[in-house]
Amino acid sequence: MTWLSACSDAIFGLNQPMASINQNRYPNLLPNFRNLGVMLRLIVIVIGMTIFGAALKSANWFDMYDQWLSISALSQPMVILSLLLLGLANGWLHRLDYPLAVAVIVAVEVGIAFLVVIATWSVFTPGTPGLARTGFFTVVATLLVLAYFNLRSRVLSPALTEARLQALQARIRPHFLFNSINAVLSLVRSEPRRAETALEDLADLFRVLMADNRDLVPLEREVELCHQYLGLETLRLGDRLRVEWQVDGMPANALVPPLLLQPLLENAVYHGIEPSMEPGVINIQIFSDRDRVQMLLRNPYREAGSHHTGNKMALANIRERLSLHFDAEASLQTRTSDGHYEVRITLPYVREET
Amino acid sequence: MSKHPQSLRVVITDDEAPARSRIKDLLEDCAGSFPLELAGEAASGRELLALLEETPADVVLLDIRMPEMDGIEVAQHLLKLPEPPSVIFTTAYNDHALKAFELHAVDYLLKPIRLRRLHDALTRVRAITPLRLDVLQQITPDARTHLSVQERGKVVLIPVPEILYLRAELKYVTIRTVVREYLLEEPLSKLEQEFADQFVRIHRSCLVAKAQITGFEKEGGDGGEARWLVTLAGLDEKLPVSRRQQHIVKELGRTVL
Repeated sequence: MTWLSACSDAIFGLNQPMASINQNRYPNLLPNFRNLGVMLRLIVIVIGMTIFGAALKSANWFDMYDQWLSISALSQPMVILSLLLLGLANGWLHRLDYPLAVAVIVAVEVGIAFLVVIATWSVFTPGTPGLARTGFFTVVATLLVLAYFNLRSRVLSPALTEARLQALQARIRPHFLFNSINAVLSLVRSEPRRAETALEDLADLFRVLMADNRDLVPLEREVELCHQYLGLETLRLGDRLRVEWQVDGMPANALVPPLLLQPLLENAVYHGIEPSMEPGVINIQIFSDRDRVQMLLRNPYREAGSHHTGNKMALANIRERLSLHFDAEASLQTRTSDGHYEVRITLPYVREET
Repeated sequence: MSKHPQSLRVVITDDEAPARSRIKDLLEDCAGSFPLELAGEAASGRELLALLEETPADVVLLDIRMPEMDGIEVAQHLLKLPEPPSVIFTTAYNDHALKAFELHAVDYLLKPIRLRRLHDALTRVRAITPLRLDVLQQITPDARTHLSVQERGKVVLIPVPEILYLRAELKYVTIRTVVREYLLEEPLSKLEQEFADQFVRIHRSCLVAKAQITGFEKEGGDGGEARWLVTLAGLDEKLPVSRRQQHIVKELGRTVL
């Protein structure tokens, strides 16, 4: 019973504060129907449902295959039409209130079902289900699918709140905070102006870290934050830290999750620069490649520092947030090769709406 | 001796220049209320040891997290000096070491350092109990990055990756690098434990660096008296593997070569 009520809540958004829904396009209780990952999930779920339906209707394995074929003959055209229509109406659906959007989608699906049934009437006369039954199954299936996406979005969204907590507790290492304050203190007497700038940067950095980071931000803002962060680290580490930015081809208006790069740079400094007296280079490349944004971070890899738990936590959190915002269309990969550690991020080029 | 025999000679060791300059400011503030002088600054443990050869000091303010060699290891090497200075550790954040410090009454200061704390620590520095090697070793479970030996009042550092083998003879352990030998006063069994990842025992009295092994040769033969010899990179000498340790030829033959 509890599961059922959770489901109905999930579908009708009973416990959901409505105001927050339309403020951000991603994430949403409705999936982004133009996302490849979402499409794939839809197709797999529908195939799963048809197999289940065929199993219920059939007496033995051979019969089940026949049943499945005849159900698929109806469901596959439905899926293709649905993907097409939902993809086209995606932006519009996301601007509707959630319950209204659910109602519209259910109506559209029932419409498509009737269309398909009527169009194939002549082909499948004997086995064709009546309109009432088709309508009923379509409503149930549509609600189940929407409930799944709703729940998935809720399961993943703690990652957003955690991002904030972890940033404060672990990712922005206390080590960095206290060392930075210490470095600023050292400047107060000799170079008051540099101390001022450094404190302002520190304040900006912590403002972002403590903010509610649910909404995507333009890439240029994240890059600016990284500049401020690296400025603070340069204050401490001096010549030992060298940074190479290759961002000429950067799509400044691409939307990315906030704190996508900064935690990675922090790991790069902590594991790649600090353990050595010799200067080390952190290389950052960002460019767009048709409809994708590519980011590549490289830093020297020192085997001695084996305390990688902080690194793993940051990577796991970024992966979760990427998957929440972009599903299967975004990826984060790491590798070590000839003394370098590399993080490569690929995500869809979602432009800022102006 | 120093110009002011009673004044406290302080050396700052920190890899971050701003951190050193901050402590320098604070030391100047302290100097108003009691006699002290800045004997020098070092950016690493190696620099500190080199500095202390020329300039004796009473107290070292020693950062814990430094590249190459952390502060706790540096303190272990300092103990080989004829007159080791007192050590006050400085750290921005390092909870596990701090607990150990409390436990063993080791002196430390948290960065950013407050003038009063520094002042208090320096005033009682002559009274604090000197650091003990076993305490420091307990605090860091990690293997050292360098071994150190005392030669004519100086501490010589030998990077562990440069060591070919360690051989126990009578009172000492001989450290062999490609260049030369050093005499170390530490038990071989303890070294074997500490460097278990990097060294392998080939004989009752000999540990060999796994990374330096270039091959195994069989000596003698027909009479059943055959034995294995280890060849090492850059060394003509070949070291015998004892009968009891022969299994390592098989094990390492697969992984190392």
